[in-house]
Amino acid sequence: MIPGFGITFGFTVFYLSAVILIPLAALLLRPWELGVSGVWAAVSEPRVAASLRLSFGAALIAAAINAVFGLLVAWVLVRYRFAGKRVVDALVDLPFALPTAVAGIALTTLYAPGGWIGQFLDPLGVKVAYTPIGVVVALTFIGLPFVVRSVQPVLADLEREFEEAAATLGATRLQVFRRVIFPAILPAWLTGVALAFARAVGEYGSVIFIAGNIPLVSEIAPLLIVTKLEQYDYAGAAAVGSAMLVISFAMLLVINALQAWARARG
Amino acid sequence: MALEIDGVTKRFGTVEAVRNVSLTVQTGEFMALLGPSGSGKTTLLRVVGGLDLPDAGTLRFDGQDLTDVPARERRVGFVFQHYALFRHMTVAQNVAFGLDVRPAAKRPPRKEIARRVDALLARMQLDGLGKRYPTQLSGGQRQRVALARALAIEPRILLLDEPFGALDAKVRKDLRQWLRALHDETKLTTIMVTHDQDEALALADRVAVMNEGQIEQVGAPDVLRRNPASPFVRDFLSEGEGI
Amino acid sequence: MSARTTRRPLRGPTDDGPIVRWILIALGVGYISLFLLSPLIAVFVEALRNGVEASLVAIVEEDALSAVWLTLTVAAIAVPLNTLFGLAAAWSIAKFEFKGKAVLTTLIDLPFSVSPVISGLVYVLLFGAQGYLGPWLDELGIKVIFTVTGLVLATVFVTFPFVARELIPLMQEQGVAEEEAAISLGASGWRTFWRVTLPNVRWGLLYGVLLCNARAMGEFGAVSVVSGHIRGLTNTMPLHVEILYNEYNFAAAFTVASLLALLALVTLVLKSVLEWRYGDEIAATHRH
Repeated sequence: MIPGFGITFGFTVFYLSAVILIPLAALLLRPWELGVSGVWAAVSEPRVAASLRLSFGAALIAAAINAVFGLLVAWVLVRYRFAGKRVVDALVDLPFALPTAVAGIALTTLYAPGGWIGQFLDPLGVKVAYTPIGVVVALTFIGLPFVVRSVQPVLADLEREFEEAAATLGATRLQVFRRVIFPAILPAWLTGVALAFARAVGEYGSVIFIAGNIPLVSEIAPLLIVTKLEQYDYAGAAAVGSAMLVISFAMLLVINALQAWARARG
Repeated sequence: MALEIDGVTKRFGTVEAVRNVSLTVQTGEFMALLGPSGSGKTTLLRVVGGLDLPDAGTLRFDGQDLTDVPARERRVGFVFQHYALFRHMTVAQNVAFGLDVRPAAKRPPRKEIARRVDALLARMQLDGLGKRYPTQLSGGQRQRVALARALAIEPRILLLDEPFGALDAKVRKDLRQWLRALHDETKLTTIMVTHDQDEALALADRVAVMNEGQIEQVGAPDVLRRNPASPFVRDFLSEGEGI
Repeated sequence: MSARTTRRPLRGPTDDGPIVRWILIALGVGYISLFLLSPLIAVFVEALRNGVEASLVAIVEEDALSAVWLTLTVAAIAVPLNTLFGLAAAWSIAKFEFKGKAVLTTLIDLPFSVSPVISGLVYVLLFGAQGYLGPWLDELGIKVIFTVTGLVLATVFVTFPFVARELIPLMQEQGVAEEEAAISLGASGWRTFWRVTLPNVRWGLLYGVLLCNARAMGEFGAVSVVSGHIRGLTNTMPLHVEILYNEYNFAAAFTVASLLALLALVTLVLKSVLEWRYGDEIAATHRH
């Protein structure tokens, strides 16, 4: 029998409780000093409601963009050979490694009216920086690796025999993708999209610089929490935080279910 | 004459998996490609199926040049060693696949597809299993689903890659007799790849013994037994009888 | 002899045609360039806009240096803490069977799905002036919020799962046979861990520590909430970038940012090297 279960298990549970669970419980307890109606009022106040709508809406759009292009990038990285492929592959993880504040100021500089990219969009009448579109851009950046890294290993492990079988049965390349390859990578793809979405909902650092933070227009929910804290409205901040947390938990359950589905299919 | 393989060579990098192989398979014949692993038999089968492209040589089928025809237009029924059944489709959907993917103008009506699938499943002794998923079947059942799927497109030739390789000995024997009976009934031109001498000799009308990318000898089972053309053929065939 | 058909399938049935391939590669590389490469280049271009000398001045400045020092200090405390936790959690989860294992594993991953701002908020609610424990700690003369302690706590929260989630699947995959063999030969549990388990997971451990460190040094949202932005005292590098940027001191902001971007690049290179060279010895999800 291997020793050490008591001490390692004890330490794990203690550390987890002290650092994560008890503080989170403190968050979930705090809003109720406002009473049930007070919590509802705090969460449904127009500025809060608008910020929650923006955080979830922009995260959804960004996840959708990454759903398409993340799959495409994963496909290109697994199936084709081209110069610089290893660099591209390594670069995919940049949003994991680059501090969000750095990403935030860099994206703002690029998309500001006179910036490298902004100068081309300006004549078209498209404003990105300091608008909700800027929020989507930042969240797309932050969510990019999730879909690629979820799909990539599954696609790489997919036996070519399935495609060959489909080809001998008369399927075109497009039919093979739609009816054979895509269903096989569907659970991994959905997991990646859900992860990208969950990450984007709570994102702060990369967004606040490019968003402009105009109340009711381009103010995200995490920023509103910070604003409320600065005004010493602890209960209000906790109410918004709890609302976000509950929705994140729901997302986590969805992701776990997706992963269980993927395992069952494997 | 059904299939003519003429001077086919296939390289992988610097390795010649198949070297200048010529072979003719008659209409309605059951041909076995027999040889040890690495002898090039599976590669040759894949070239015939259009899955690997030959570096040299031609293929003709009933006089039509097949060399340049892509796999999906060849109408070959290919049964893979590990079956390659689509895991997310039911048995019936697997069998119907080749009919479903036809362009609208050539696709049979939905009811006709269902009827043909049912008929094929019945013939494969798989009645009532149409709604199951491949993971819910035994090895022998999967094997027959793969066969049904390949036959559904009414192939001009049937290609079997180690069809019994993944099955245990008892199931193997049963399926072997059943497959021969099926062939006698359909008279479908068939090429089977195997490394098992007993299997090849028991099932096939003629056997092509392969070694190091080349065919050592082609002939009926009793011809091979009586007059092996080379020490390799003699040794390879006698191995099976010893066991 | 029949007439040869004119079609020539130059590719196998599972290969895409050159046009499809070319378009998809262009789209993929274009997408990566637009969203990932261009911000990265922008950081360095903006940092060097006024010349290398101006950049150096921005870094050698007192507040910037103390921000660098504070970032290193926070990472030097938070990363070892989470490494210790990761080893303990992986040992208990991978080598033993117990009820509630799946729940425990899910809870360990929890911080990944929590907004960084919330990761800071929870400590303000516990230890802040109006927090549950704040007034009580205040009487004892202990301050957490607006101090280095708060920064460390917030950083520990956001980097909590990194080491554990690398080690758990890796140790599970390796099973217990080697440990049992060592124990049966008379080795102590501690010695078995050092001589058998640790060498087996060393690259996976390094991988987790690397990612943990990158996030610890770069974290912004969580530390922003607990820091109070006191210059020279509770300002980490990412927070210093924000202050400089909001003061319209763009050159200095991007200079400090470029240091952080360099850290990110070093992390990516080391990570790629680990994946290429030791792919089999780190968790299954990172094998390419």
